[in-house]
Amino acid sequence: MDETVRKARIAARFIEALPHARHLGMQVLETGEGWVLMALDYDPRFVGDPETGVLHGGVVTALLDTCSGASVIAHSSAPDATATIDLRIDYMRPAQPHRRLYARGECYRRTRAVAFTRALAWTGSPEEPVAAAAGAFTLEVR
Amino acid sequence: MPPEPVQVVKQRRDAALARLAAGVPYIRELGIVFERRGDELTTILTYAEKLIGNPALPALHGGAIGAFLETAAVMELAWGQVWERMEGGGAAAAEIEAGRFPPLPRTIDFTIDFLRSGLPRDAYARARVNRSGRRYASVHVEAWQDNRARLFAQATGHFLMSPDMSPDGE
Repeated sequence: MDETVRKARIAARFIEALPHARHLGMQVLETGEGWVLMALDYDPRFVGDPETGVLHGGVVTALLDTCSGASVIAHSSAPDATATIDLRIDYMRPAQPHRRLYARGECYRRTRAVAFTRALAWTGSPEEPVAAAAGAFTLEVR
Repeated sequence: MPPEPVQVVKQRRDAALARLAAGVPYIRELGIVFERRGDELTTILTYAEKLIGNPALPALHGGAIGAFLETAAVMELAWGQVWERMEGGGAAAAEIEAGRFPPLPRTIDFTIDFLRSGLPRDAYARARVNRSGRRYASVHVEAWQDNRARLFAQATGHFLMSPDMSPDGE
């Protein structure tokens, strides 16, 4: 198996096994050099507004945070660990009820100590995003 | 008219807060509860293993911390509106009593500052409304665990208030 593919699969399994990711049913769909595509399925327990059935913003935040952090790890010079320094989320439109939520995170710049990420979440099409995130992450080498 | 007995007042306020919180499924799912002193709210994230993001440390998941802080901010705004109606009396107070709440504020943006890792134990948050206009509100949230002065996360967010929720009416 190709070394990059093998590393990506290990990273995917690692991320999906995190207790909070498992609780929300997060799945790693695809990974590449410095990017990750993830999803989670709609669940009535994750709703923020029962009138509309729209997912709670916190669920969107959790997926964006995870795929942003995962994009930092999904890199050929992967750090041993990473942690969020800060994350800004812009909410563009409500997530469509009963639809799968997708998010793609990308690590677009790495310095020796910090990684910068951007991520987008959507339900129908990525052209109609639910939320966008900009993040800064630590790069820890043990 | 004599003042209402303190227990009656307290019960009415607690019931309104409980109903407001019960309306949001994800609040219960995450294990978030609220404590009230007068109109002051403390939001509490009750520790559970499902909140862990880094099992090696272990540390709370950034997404769980973000959801907790956002919940604290939204509830601060929503509770402020409910409080005003409830305490103002008349038709607005009757609506609250009947469990009919104004629509929740909608998050425009939310920026979370992760100051240190969240320990595997309960966390507390208090939110402060820095600006509350007709349409937009700006809220700051502080979260801590053991030590109130040692924050582990803070956040600032902007929120869109539904027209009939605005404090100065519309």
